[in-house]
Amino acid sequence: MRSNLYVISFMSAITVVLGLLLSVAATSLAERQEMNVQIDMKKNILSSLNIPEDASAKLTGDEIQTLFEERIEELSIDEKGNIVTDGAYSVFKKKSAEGAGGYAIPVSGKGLWSTVYGYLAIEPDGETVKGITFYKHGETPGLGGEIDKEWFTSSFVGKKIVDVTGNPVALEIIKGIVLPTDSEAFHRVDGISGATLTCKGVNQFLAKDLAIYEPFFKNIRYEGGK
Amino acid sequence: MSLLSKKSQQVLVDPLVHNNPISSQILGICSALAVTVKMDTAVVMTLAVMFVLSLSNTVISLLRNYIPGRVRIIVQLTVIASLVIFADQILRAYMYDISKQLSVFVGLIITNCIVMGRAEAFAMQNTPGKSFLDGLGNALGYGSILILVSFFRELLGSGSVLGFQMVPQAFYDLGYLNVGLMVLSPGAFIILGLIIWVQRTVIKFEEV
Repeated sequence: MRSNLYVISFMSAITVVLGLLLSVAATSLAERQEMNVQIDMKKNILSSLNIPEDASAKLTGDEIQTLFEERIEELSIDEKGNIVTDGAYSVFKKKSAEGAGGYAIPVSGKGLWSTVYGYLAIEPDGETVKGITFYKHGETPGLGGEIDKEWFTSSFVGKKIVDVTGNPVALEIIKGIVLPTDSEAFHRVDGISGATLTCKGVNQFLAKDLAIYEPFFKNIRYEGGK
Repeated sequence: MSLLSKKSQQVLVDPLVHNNPISSQILGICSALAVTVKMDTAVVMTLAVMFVLSLSNTVISLLRNYIPGRVRIIVQLTVIASLVIFADQILRAYMYDISKQLSVFVGLIITNCIVMGRAEAFAMQNTPGKSFLDGLGNALGYGSILILVSFFRELLGSGSVLGFQMVPQAFYDLGYLNVGLMVLSPGAFIILGLIIWVQRTVIKFEEV
């Protein structure tokens, strides 16, 4: 039987040595990891705006950086939805020959276990969903974690954020599937079984973030003649 | 193979088939189900476990005469956890997409019973060289099952192998469908069960 002093010193030594090794590794790799996160964010902004058109294309980090610089313009808007130089909110505008090809806004909020981050892209008409991506979350793989899968995100495409009279409506993930006979189908999305609470969280933060950007999209809709 | 003595060879080869951690000892099933939808994640997971298991065995074996018996499990876990976090950091820096797909499961190598099982059962009693081989052998045994399961799951569930399309488009045109069950966890259970059945029949395994 070793003495208590030995046990304590042994444990301290182990902790210090391993802790030191880990912190050296973590700090020296931090820059590269941060770059990966940035690239991943840009990739998600691009893919929510449907760039590249071939979704299965695998792009390298450099290609993503170039695409982002060529095709995306970052706008800054204030609470009233006006484009200003130092607004509180960011919008990523897809540049295209006809003006705008769509607008991506950052969305985030609580899922079930974690904060979910993503981008929601709206068509240039200011009312139709162009795409959505979720790029960072800690939801249960296979259940809530399915939110970042293509089968789920693709069902947002074509949904409306306003009704026929032009009033804003919330995008709503429902339980089960949206029936074609559902009169509210234009803003409802198929749910994920086993992930009711994650979906509820996503509903809440999409509503919250869309409300923030509503003045901006309203301006766009007015410019479009509505 | 004169590089290794007969005993060392046995330490390395035994866990591949006869004492396979997954199919004979039924350890590490959770991660075997979780990361085997696609082959690339299974291969990276195998590499990560090889790294952690062979090094944790070596380090613990080097320290075995100094580790106080009362806190040996804590010491083992500290060593294993550090190696796992190190592997996770490397993956995040150099293989970001795969590390995102593996999500929590790299971190969960810490709780993979194979790793601590080998530390406690082998590394605490044997020399560093043998412990390294034992770790490597067990990781390869674990990995070989992972890769085998993921091969069938990806082929049947997604029609591809390592991301390359294997089932020709003509089949789909004739009405062939991917087996959706294979993408889900129950598919892994079925494949794993069949592998264990075949293996036990071949080596005439008997429960003791």
